Amino acid sequence: MNENTYTDVVRHIPTGETVANNVSCKINGEPACVPMDNGNRHWAEIMRQVEAGELTIEEAD
Amino acid sequence: MALSKILPASQDQYVGARNIIINGNVACSQRATSATSITSNGYHTVDRWNVNFDGSALSHKQEQSTDTPNGFGYSLKITATTQDASLDANQNYQLDQRFEGQNLQQLKKGTSDAQSVTLSFWVKSSLTGIFICAFNDLDTSGQRTVSGSYTINLANTWEYKTITFPPDTTGAFNNDNGLSARLIFCLAAGSNFTTGTLATTWEASSGGVNTYVGQTNLFATLNATWQITGIQLEIGEVATPFEHRSFGEEQQLCFRYYYDSRFGSNDGGAYSPGRDAQYGHVRACIAQFPVKMRATPTVSIQSGNANSMDRFGRGQEQCFPKADNIHSDQFQNIVKFTDSGQSTTTNWTDNGLYINRAGYKADAEL
Repeated sequence: MNENTYTDVVRHIPTGETVANNVSCKINGEPACVPMDNGNRHWAEIMRQVEAGELTIEEAD
Repeated sequence: MALSKILPASQDQYVGARNIIINGNVACSQRATSATSITSNGYHTVDRWNVNFDGSALSHKQEQSTDTPNGFGYSLKITATTQDASLDANQNYQLDQRFEGQNLQQLKKGTSDAQSVTLSFWVKSSLTGIFICAFNDLDTSGQRTVSGSYTINLANTWEYKTITFPPDTTGAFNNDNGLSARLIFCLAAGSNFTTGTLATTWEASSGGVNTYVGQTNLFATLNATWQITGIQLEIGEVATPFEHRSFGEEQQLCFRYYYDSRFGSNDGGAYSPGRDAQYGHVRACIAQFPVKMRATPTVSIQSGNANSMDRFGRGQEQCFPKADNIHSDQFQNIVKFTDSGQSTTTNWTDNGLYINRAGYKADAEL
């Protein structure tokens, strides 16, 4: 496995906002917050894996 | 009085900042000075230098070494800690630096005035033979690539090398903050990449054919080493002396892509500013990055098993903190999460009666 591993990917609505603009996840087991920004390489890779059917994003709680 | 020679303005390479490479002297290493058994793509030690595998990974060690040619403080040393003398056809090892298109506009790529660029560097390897560098355009549909070779003539000896990449009148770089190009140092390549004739003029990338023809396989020999420093990429057909920027300048350039504020420590850059007068709780935590980052970064707080913030010397609380309201210049809150990533209803500090602090890192690499 050469690519980063993303787990526990959950949409998150930031404080004071009404729509999700980032995801909470673990990158190679390390907790992180990834902005839903196409310029962010982690988000781009998450979306690639989602479109390939390799990863699912849970909705915000 | 002797007359001074004034160079014409058309000779761009002699004017202002010349080196397009960031951290070409590999002095800045925010993540680590050494990493062993690397098998994943990404940034592991010195800033801005990324490792990328095609096919199966080739386990190796990276370290910021003090073994250098005269005039440099550090080199990046790569050791092959696994042996693979018969690479798969689609396998390769690439050390690269990635560029924003807006930082390459001076190459005038895709126009009739396109410029040559010259790469220069100091290199040392335990193996002699031919090695390949490539300049890869990712903006043009299907990608375009040009390659150049250099020869390690003497084992375990620092040698100065230069490669000039010709201009490309096809395919302009986007003028934005996205990934437009990669400068690649190849250390191993399978037959998919070594077939054909080395592409010393720009051509459409075709599955890697012509890209790394003649490449020596560093991983054919267990514990073989390859080191590099003084890396410069500049406009023109002549390599000029390495442009030594101060450590502070180089570090500031690196911060645009990655910033570590004592990540892993409980004494980092994220502090709660004080208590809310009405509720008695701290409601926010603004962490300002030292420079505006390239894009909205991924933010990680703390590390390892702790996942905890420090109540300023009064013990730690396990709360899986994550950054909230992230922008390219700051994040504005820390929220408590469960281990599985679900957010709780409380802010980082709502349950704490103390001022809190934590280390963090922000990643906006290409």
